[in-house]
Amino acid sequence: MKTKLTALAVTTALVAPAAIAEEMTIVSWGGAYSKSQKNAYHDPYSEKTGVTIINDDSSAEAVAKLRAMNEAGNVTWDVVDVVAADAIRLCDEGLAMEIDPDTMLAAAPDGTSAADDFGDLLVSECFIPQIVYSTTFGYRTDLVGDTAPTDICAVFDTDAYPGKRSLEKRPINNMEWALLCDGVAKGDVYDVLGTPEGQDQALAKLDTIKDDVIWWSAGADTPQLLADGEVIMGSTYNGRLFSVIEEQKQPVAMLWDAQVFDLDGWIIPAGLSEERQKRALDYIMFATDTQRLADQAKWISYGPARASSAPLVGKHAELGIEMAPHMPTDPENAKNTFLYNYEFWADYRDDIDAKFQAWLAK
Amino acid sequence: MAALTPISRKPLSLVIPCIAAAGGFLGLFVGTANGSGFLGILIGAALVAAMGWFFITVLKNENLSKWISIAVVAVLGFYFGGIPGLILGVIFGKLFHWFTYWLYEGRYRARLLPYLTPGQVLWHYGFRVICGAIFVFLITPILVVMPLSFNAQDFFTFTPEMLRFDPAGYSLKHYQDFFTNNEWQRSFKNSLIIAPIATVISVSLGTLAAIGLSQSHVPGRRAIMAIMISPMIVPLIISATGMFFFYSDIGNWLEGTLGLPKTFVGYIKVVLAHAVLGIPFVIITVTATLVGFDRSLTRAAANMGADPVTTFFRVQMPLILPGVISGGLFAFITSFDEVVVVLFVGSASQKTLPWQMFTGLREQISPTILAVATILVVISIALLTTVELLRRRSERLRGLSPG
Repeated sequence: MKTKLTALAVTTALVAPAAIAEEMTIVSWGGAYSKSQKNAYHDPYSEKTGVTIINDDSSAEAVAKLRAMNEAGNVTWDVVDVVAADAIRLCDEGLAMEIDPDTMLAAAPDGTSAADDFGDLLVSECFIPQIVYSTTFGYRTDLVGDTAPTDICAVFDTDAYPGKRSLEKRPINNMEWALLCDGVAKGDVYDVLGTPEGQDQALAKLDTIKDDVIWWSAGADTPQLLADGEVIMGSTYNGRLFSVIEEQKQPVAMLWDAQVFDLDGWIIPAGLSEERQKRALDYIMFATDTQRLADQAKWISYGPARASSAPLVGKHAELGIEMAPHMPTDPENAKNTFLYNYEFWADYRDDIDAKFQAWLAK
Repeated sequence: MAALTPISRKPLSLVIPCIAAAGGFLGLFVGTANGSGFLGILIGAALVAAMGWFFITVLKNENLSKWISIAVVAVLGFYFGGIPGLILGVIFGKLFHWFTYWLYEGRYRARLLPYLTPGQVLWHYGFRVICGAIFVFLITPILVVMPLSFNAQDFFTFTPEMLRFDPAGYSLKHYQDFFTNNEWQRSFKNSLIIAPIATVISVSLGTLAAIGLSQSHVPGRRAIMAIMISPMIVPLIISATGMFFFYSDIGNWLEGTLGLPKTFVGYIKVVLAHAVLGIPFVIITVTATLVGFDRSLTRAAANMGADPVTTFFRVQMPLILPGVISGGLFAFITSFDEVVVVLFVGSASQKTLPWQMFTGLREQISPTILAVATILVVISIALLTTVELLRRRSERLRGLSPG
């Protein structure tokens, strides 16, 4: 027994100093996205400071997990990558720490303050924007016939484009697209969607293609379905489609029309110890400066959130192709776009979600 | 084997419907793959019935009809599926021919008892078909994964190159990814750390508990047993939620009061949680072996002056070892496969293989998961084969069985 205790003590003594040689857990989405962050942020940061970074691919359940961790007084995450809507919720619930862009974020190389550099994208006091991504459609070039779709309403046109489509299993984006293709003017979409009649109108439009829809819930589903030829077109994040087209060389093309912009970025959980918070802030300061954000675009086709990063976007690090034309923000791609309406969906999400789920189950 | 029963030719009215049904069944698959299942059934049934009728009434030459059957189905297979279709066609052509003559000549009765009624004969073969189908449904999902793991693309898709057996359609890059990717390596290492330690803890505690609970003088042993077994019965997600809060408090105490490092505490939490899940399996298997254990042996040992610990290790333990080992195997597999509890209790530095596979499936459908699955299946088969061989060897040495 005594030897066992000694052994334990020795192990502890051995492990202890190693673990104090800093380690931080960064939560993100996994896949190609985490890889781009590793290459652009984590590896250079580890090299600079000696901190070991551990990836946790749990962003999908970040809100629920942070709530539980906070309740248990056991927050194991240091920096969390979430979409803007989740950041707003976490901030409102006091689960994320407030960030002062002037003191906690780096200024642009030309001296523009971080607040001006990020501009309108600072949608919450706790949120440090990182990328602009869009939810848009890709289609199989070999399965859509002779005239390739150029219009979002091709999704609803099963006569011209017969076959299955994949749509995300939630009302956001789908309702907007449905109204747009049911003759509602773009400027009026949210006014109409705010009324029960408007919601019914959108669902009625979706009803016309319900039998042809495969519903997805993970970003990887649509690429897989497109590669299999199970669907002829489907919505997903534009970076996933980029990977399908340019890296996997699948016969797929982008339908940028009516793409919906959204933001993704960092939050720092509330309730970290002083030491960990300091390190998290140091990481954020490093990882969101102008050059790093531009570097991430070498690995994935998401637009950097800083205005000053845009001119620095160059070629893909492995494929060597120009990244600018693959960015959702490129003028050629951004002729007709939506910005995710945070206020509207914060107010209506629960109601419309319930309606949508009831409609799905019918 | 010599025929038990004299066999006789069967009428066409029995043979033709039977082979037509078989043909229709296969036609269903070909038809579905090419657009219309119903049409496939009709064409398949008609084709096979016509071939059977032709062989039996017109050709009357079993050997020649075999080659015709193979050629016809192989050509059809080639038309629908290229080279792989051709190979399948040869196999199925041979099969059809064999099936037709098996029925027509009455060979299916050759090895059965002569007095069986037609119903009993039908059940005899129906039973085997059902068993075979169960086997197929259990095994196919595992087998399908294996060729997919050699896919040259990053999708769960049998590409046209793969179906043509073109070497360019295959690659080992997903295996390479598994062996070079840090995330996979770290989670593999974590699994190899956590599962054995959790197993040792569950085996020690579970065996002691089983021995204690098998003593008739222990008060309330049924109630204690029920509580110990409960992790097996309570839905895992509920245990996991409870464990999350329970171990968070313990972890905070270990970190805050004792000052242990965070990562080390994380491992302790996951190992303990997995040990709790493994204990019921050990208790159950050891209790089952203890039923056959002769108590007078421990008394005899005591009579000869052995203390209880010596008795346990020298007398009782060797006899209940099979139960302890199989309990340990179950505990190991429980921990090695477990994803729910580790998602709750663990933090990212304790990420295990199932956790990595889970997030990998959700965030990026990567065939690396299939490569890992294939490796794990091969390891499991090797492990179980070894255990079984050792068991047979020890039985043979002890003279328990002739084989």
